Amino acid sequence: MTKLVTEAELNNDAKILEDGGAIRSPWKMAWRKLKRHRLAMIGMWILIILHLFSIFADFFTPYGEVNTDRRRINHPPTKVHIVSPEGKLVRPFIYRYDRVDAMRNRYEPDKSTMYPIRLFVRGDKYKILGFETNVRLLGVDSPARLYLFGGDRYGRDIFSRIAYGGRRSLFIGLIGLVVSMSIGMIYGGIAGFFGGWIDNIMMRVAEVIMSIPSIYLLLALGAVLPASLPSDKRFMLITFILAFISWAGLARVIRGMVLSLAKTEFVAGAEAIGCSQPRIILRHILPNTLSYVIVNATLAIPGFILGEAGLSLLSLGIQHPLASWGNMLSEAMNLSGLSNYPWLLVPGFFIFVTVLSYSFFGDGIRDALDPRAQT
Amino acid sequence: MTDGTINTQETLVEVRDLVKHFPIRQGIIFSKQVGAVQAVDGVTFDIFKGETLGLVGESGCGKTTTGRLILRLLEATSGEIYFDGKNIPALPKDDLRELRKDMQIIFQDPYGSLNPRMTVGDIVGEPLHIHKIARGAEKEKRVRELLEVVGLSAFHARRFPHEFSGGQRQRIGIARALAVDPRLIVCDEPVSALDVSIQAQVINLLEDLQDEFGLTYLFIAHDLSVVKHISDRVAVMYLGKIVELTDKDELYRNPKHPYTQALLSAIPEADPTLKKERILLKGDVPSPINPPTGCRFHTRCPKVMDICKVEEPKFIDSGDGHFVACHLIPGCSSIDEDEE
Repeated sequence: MTKLVTEAELNNDAKILEDGGAIRSPWKMAWRKLKRHRLAMIGMWILIILHLFSIFADFFTPYGEVNTDRRRINHPPTKVHIVSPEGKLVRPFIYRYDRVDAMRNRYEPDKSTMYPIRLFVRGDKYKILGFETNVRLLGVDSPARLYLFGGDRYGRDIFSRIAYGGRRSLFIGLIGLVVSMSIGMIYGGIAGFFGGWIDNIMMRVAEVIMSIPSIYLLLALGAVLPASLPSDKRFMLITFILAFISWAGLARVIRGMVLSLAKTEFVAGAEAIGCSQPRIILRHILPNTLSYVIVNATLAIPGFILGEAGLSLLSLGIQHPLASWGNMLSEAMNLSGLSNYPWLLVPGFFIFVTVLSYSFFGDGIRDALDPRAQT
Repeated sequence: MTDGTINTQETLVEVRDLVKHFPIRQGIIFSKQVGAVQAVDGVTFDIFKGETLGLVGESGCGKTTTGRLILRLLEATSGEIYFDGKNIPALPKDDLRELRKDMQIIFQDPYGSLNPRMTVGDIVGEPLHIHKIARGAEKEKRVRELLEVVGLSAFHARRFPHEFSGGQRQRIGIARALAVDPRLIVCDEPVSALDVSIQAQVINLLEDLQDEFGLTYLFIAHDLSVVKHISDRVAVMYLGKIVELTDKDELYRNPKHPYTQALLSAIPEADPTLKKERILLKGDVPSPINPPTGCRFHTRCPKVMDICKVEEPKFIDSGDGHFVACHLIPGCSSIDEDEE
């Protein structure tokens, strides 16, 4: 009998638990504030779209990454028409461009035939989730070619290569971030928590790493890497190089935060109830540095993207024929190319938009996680 | 408990010559010690089972340090602390973790003492989890019980500390301390940060819990009226030393040390017509880095004598468990002994 009563009470309690009002966890509150930050939300959506575009580059683009056309060097962007010569509104179509001046790569559209832009066409083969397929979102019939953002000096489609290049340029930031954040947090956490001579030695090491001029280090490392290195390995190596020179600054800040958090009463309380040291660091100290780390992360990603762009510009980064926004931009390095084929700058625009979006997003997150900015 | 039977009571904690010096270092790599903050400098006292020992003193006199030394949240420089016969400063880490179940602490700052990233349920449940007292559904049930014991509701378990007021947070801290079913709780100024009306509620709660669970308190405060209400005995600290320790009623009726007398004269009286003679102390508390020679209070003492500047008075029982360290009291000076 008594047991029944307690069970009923428990159920009742559970009910109270459920409708005890909205639980406002710190994360939920931050998310609500972030949603009100318009620029941050725009930045976030741009980033989501860019990343999806890159991940599913095979599907969203008309051509494969290394699909070249020697007869269409530095092809200008194709105009997409929706009004037919008869003045009727039709589905989007393009004209085929013919080279009229082979010396200077001048092209004129041939207005005799309309090539409608088709959806879900068969194009270059690719693999997705283990399945081989050749269905692509966009495409036009041969012999026309779709150059939404123009073509480069091998006749490759810049639009397609931006999507493929994003796989390296965008994700180098994320991977590099994970590496440098983990090193920085663990390193700074240990130095700050244990203090004393451990802290002293660890921080001196971090300072030595910070004092190495990064551009020379990168040049040296880039020169050491053999040219025959497979491109995916090269990509990972570059990511790690960038990560290894950027963790020290974060480690120093984390160490400072841990040092001050270790003196708080809730850490003393955790010790008083018998928490082990790893538990205190992992459950009580590091979670409280997270808001800083997240802000720092969103603001550090552009550094990696720009770092890769800089390396590739010096042809130390991702190597041709693989695309990255940096090495695509390096084609626009000379003035004649730039004035004749200004569309080579499109990758730069993507870098610009990405970096700006991350900055807005990071700004919004910083405001959202700042407990003093309660609204 | 206040009728002079104290000496026959069982002791739970014995503190003997406890010293804590915080070193001051200079230099970055080859640092050397250039001095020490003598936060606690040789204190001796007992805490009896089931009593509340009040520990009062000005800011920076070492009362919080003493509390933390007993829990070994700080490592003592020297001295012994016997809890149930076990010497805490010398205890191996494993035994210490086991002992943490018997001793708990309630902190002063209701905002800084709860991890802002954990739910109240996690905070109160953590000691249960660590000491493997209860897990899963049983743990949740126990957490709800604990919250109700301290006057909160079961559904508060899923909320976060920032959703509570200072008094409620202090109750959460009390629930966390109670979770392991401790015998001793060090209350480190648990009501100093609260409104007066809330102070009374929390103090009443602490008293109720003491009766219910047979707890022993070391109650640290700087407010003598609060201490008067809750304590059985009171120890007065000044600059790292206990200057007077006795039964509550005895202390308030018959303070022997000039410092205690000055403190008591500073308690505000509710009756404005009652004229009380206030003893005003000159100057500030001297620095614990470089404490005065002899009696540490001599720089501010209204009854200072020549001997006070040279010799440190002994901390002795002047009768009926009234401990005091002052040259005015016979037996505290070594010269007295020589004469005898």
